[in-house]
Amino acid sequence: MTRRLRTPDDRRFDLLVNIFLLTVLAVTLIPLLYVVTVSVTPLGRSASLLLPAWDWSFNAYAELLKQPAILRAGLNSVLITVSGVLISMILTVCTAYPLSRPDLPGRKFLTGVILFTFLFNAGLIPLYLVVRDLHLLNTYWALLLHGAVSVYNLFVMKNFFQNLPDSLEEAAKIDGASELQVLWHIVLPLSRPILLTIGLFYAVTQWNSFFEPILFLSNRDMMPLPVVLRDILTGLNSADYVESAATTTAPPEGLKMAAVVLTTIPMLLIYPWIQRYFTSGTLSGGVKE
Amino acid sequence: MNQQVLSPPRPKAAPRPRTTLLARMWRHRGLYLLLLPGLLWFVVFRYWPLWNAQLAFKDFQPTLGVEGSPWVGFKHFTAFFESFYFSQLMTNTLIISGAKLLLGLPPAILLALCIHESTRRHLARFTQTVSYLPHFLSWVIVFGVLLAMLSPSTGLVNRGLEAAGLEPISFLTDPAKFRSVVIFSDIWKETGWSAILFLAALIGINPALYEAAEVDGASRLQRVRHISLPGMLDVIVLVTLLRLGHILDAGFGQIFVLYSLPVYSVADVIDTWVYRQGIQNFQFSLATAVGLFKGLIGLLMILTANRVARRFSGQGLY
Repeated sequence: MTRRLRTPDDRRFDLLVNIFLLTVLAVTLIPLLYVVTVSVTPLGRSASLLLPAWDWSFNAYAELLKQPAILRAGLNSVLITVSGVLISMILTVCTAYPLSRPDLPGRKFLTGVILFTFLFNAGLIPLYLVVRDLHLLNTYWALLLHGAVSVYNLFVMKNFFQNLPDSLEEAAKIDGASELQVLWHIVLPLSRPILLTIGLFYAVTQWNSFFEPILFLSNRDMMPLPVVLRDILTGLNSADYVESAATTTAPPEGLKMAAVVLTTIPMLLIYPWIQRYFTSGTLSGGVKE
Repeated sequence: MNQQVLSPPRPKAAPRPRTTLLARMWRHRGLYLLLLPGLLWFVVFRYWPLWNAQLAFKDFQPTLGVEGSPWVGFKHFTAFFESFYFSQLMTNTLIISGAKLLLGLPPAILLALCIHESTRRHLARFTQTVSYLPHFLSWVIVFGVLLAMLSPSTGLVNRGLEAAGLEPISFLTDPAKFRSVVIFSDIWKETGWSAILFLAALIGINPALYEAAEVDGASRLQRVRHISLPGMLDVIVLVTLLRLGHILDAGFGQIFVLYSLPVYSVADVIDTWVYRQGIQNFQFSLATAVGLFKGLIGLLMILTANRVARRFSGQGLY
């Protein structure tokens, strides 16, 4: 795709394009960079965009990580994310696979039943009442179950299953494999890219969920990291998370930004994976790996 | 297979296909068993709420439950339409949602074009990777980023203003500024992500078109205007329609995190109001009615958008 630059006009065009890209890069990265530098700026120093490496202070992180409330919230988040992804994936795969079989009687009707819930939403209160009537309020089940299946992810997965070659499944069935065996031994191993992509999407959603815990949980000890982060950022109940100002050796802004970074780190760790699978899946039009 | 071959051409009349259908279903019993948990989930967490939506036409009484509460007809709907909140909520919802759509689309299109056109492949790829990172950050984290940038005393922007001899601005609590913060932070977060679809459309354009244009002496800009943009048009229309279908969703999570009492008048949207009235003030019936109103308008918008999309480009959203 390397096109030769011929005329001055073309060269000017190229310059503008790259300037725009650099602008996007700067606009995206500068705020994130600034959050990190504020978090490592020592007490009494005013934060700047770039800090000399020998002037970093990790006191804010040390102080946050000393707080049992924050460690507990982090643990809660991990627990919720891992079990949430497991439940979501099991439900999504088990629903997507039968719906992807073209010879299943009633497939159209069942797909319609599911599609309708995607188009029409009764709203927050009726769902809240269901969770309440099931006595799931103030339990993690509320978080794990209320949004366990995403219709969008379900349909993406169904389409992927549909595009797998039928011959393999037929061969396995002739050999006497049950539906479950076909799914487990043939379909799932072939579906690794889509399973990873959708699993990561579910993980991101659970890790980021913040309103649902506020809605469904009232026990503060059960709250995940994002809720605690909001409390720290707005200064609500912050005495629970940070020792009184007199003993702290980190600036209050630094503590807030360190909490932001701590909540972001897991996301940054899995980001290269999401990135890779997502781009390979969407941009090259489903190139087989 | 065998049964299909043997079955008569018009299976409706004969009693025999009935047993064939049952037989076929029995043959697939494993698949139905697999479907069961998922369908049960949809019944409990998606259809039971629909049943509960009858509260919109009832006066909810905790002791009587959803079914036992007395019917009151459209009382809550008329109360909402006649209340002062109606116009305020609709205005806020439509302004925030509409501005996100109108102002968010051009940067995404431009970004996709620039990534596609750049001759510096590494820069283009790196920008692309970085630009959709914010999409994966939660609104709480973005709230932290916004505080770092916009906080009146320590924010980077306000320190810049101060250095320039200007008064600091409290972006997050000033009603005149709040909507802009909502709209621009949304653009910051989602531009890279929305560009993906446009980029996919650009990659799908036949390279022979560009080569032919080059032979004919078209400049780079002319090629963008006459090949790239028309090539993206279908996707642009589709995305616009899809977002129009969700015009009443102004971004609940975002506003819920960012707003505060001083800016309710400009920030409160249907979803945030439903949450406060329903969960915090226990006005279950009124909040359900407003939620149902939003759901119905949403359904109507999506169905219309889909029909228009089908007519326009031959492909719908579903």
